[in-house]
Amino acid sequence: MSNDVADRVKKIVVEHLGVEESKVVNSASFIDDLGADSLDTVELVMAFEEEFGCEIPDDAAEKIVTVQNAVDFISENV
Amino acid sequence: MRRVVITGLGMVSPLGSGVDHIWSRLINGESGINKIEGFEVSDLPSQIAGQVPVGETADGKFNVEEFVPLKDRRKLDPFIVFGMAAAQQAIEDSGWEPPNEESQFRTGVMIGSGIGGLQAIANGALLLEEKGPRKLSPFFIPSALINLVSGQVSIKYGYKGPNHAVVTACSTGAHAIGDAARLIMLDDADVMIAGGAEAAVCRLGIAGFCASRALSSGYNDAPEKGSRPWDQGRDGFVMGEGAGAVVLEELEHAKARGATIYGEVVGYGLSGDAYHITAPPADGNGGFRAMSAALKRAGISASDVNYINAHGTSTPLGDEIEFGAVKRLFGGNDNLCMSSTKSAIGHLLGAAGAVEAIFSIKAIKEGVVPPTLNLENPSEECRGINLVPLEAQERKIDIALSNSFGFGGTNASLVLKAFR
Repeated sequence: MSNDVADRVKKIVVEHLGVEESKVVNSASFIDDLGADSLDTVELVMAFEEEFGCEIPDDAAEKIVTVQNAVDFISENV
Repeated sequence: MRRVVITGLGMVSPLGSGVDHIWSRLINGESGINKIEGFEVSDLPSQIAGQVPVGETADGKFNVEEFVPLKDRRKLDPFIVFGMAAAQQAIEDSGWEPPNEESQFRTGVMIGSGIGGLQAIANGALLLEEKGPRKLSPFFIPSALINLVSGQVSIKYGYKGPNHAVVTACSTGAHAIGDAARLIMLDDADVMIAGGAEAAVCRLGIAGFCASRALSSGYNDAPEKGSRPWDQGRDGFVMGEGAGAVVLEELEHAKARGATIYGEVVGYGLSGDAYHITAPPADGNGGFRAMSAALKRAGISASDVNYINAHGTSTPLGDEIEFGAVKRLFGGNDNLCMSSTKSAIGHLLGAAGAVEAIFSIKAIKEGVVPPTLNLENPSEECRGINLVPLEAQERKIDIALSNSFGFGGTNASLVLKAFR
């Protein structure tokens, strides 16, 4: 399950941020490592919600700053 | 006053992408007006428009990949994409790259739009209604704002000088070039990227202009015949989309770096009708005063003008009124000709003035005047001036004037001159 989640999360990150797949490792920070700005991260969270059919509250969204954070949240809550 | 010259040209229009390609098709008498594609029009009175042809650059078509990276595209309404593309072409054509921060401070952008992100707003409103506020993109607002063409271009190229955007409906492009030239004349900048961008050929845009009874509705089965300025069969304007941008530069700045100089911005006149939101006054005094002011600023007389690129939208009322004002001001100038390039590409609203200023500069540079397509039977009231019907004419053009008139009664005239 979590591998599947990680793959889907990474695919979304690659598409939305236009970055090389190889750079989207679990520890990568959206802003520090992948060139996102604060609006990009808002949109990323919306894309995760769409992909996984869930709702990510704002206070939880603020804590999703790396690929691993996203995988963890989705694995635990969906 | 410092002198301002044009050193770069860029354009995206219904005749394609790139000034040279568009110009050759224009001179060839080709039309960019077609049956509308991409959205439902069966219930709309007007079903034709000039839409930007998408395809390979080598074929003269618009390839978005050359201008905006994939990841940024969904953040940008099409009007911003068109504006960025025209600006990129103009900047590359000019060869201008600020060599240091001081040069960045002296380079600015003034690209406006008549309506702005209409498609983004329309889609955003539907999304809000259907799925609620949480589904609205964080990029919705910066995708819709008119000044975001200027903003995006400045960010992309590091231009830190004046950053501004004109919004004067169909006069936008002309006002942008005139106002940006003044910023250079007044020493607020040395280089300005100026122009207009529009992408209102969408269901809401067409339906809206249909509601105000402004669009042609009688040529849905013969789209290329729909835009016919001064012709007896005209019945409204045809919508177009695209963008035009020029690089304006202080003369000595351009000379010092050996830039190609296309021509000089010598005159600019503005006026207001103070009459009606969509109709000009019958005597055309607003247009007359804008043209007079532009001639005065240029320090020339009416007999010095060789070519007028008319506002000429193909509306029953507007064409005759502009014609009357021109005749009143330029009567006796036997060397004058006037054409409407909207006959080939439709009315690009906020981009029109910029696109038409570029056509005027090309007419000067190439010694060819673009035709007024579909002008088969001029109205009785539109006779006595060479309106360049149907086919381009070779003529020596030293000075050209370009008119733009907008809803709200806002008028602008530019006077452009060969550089010698």
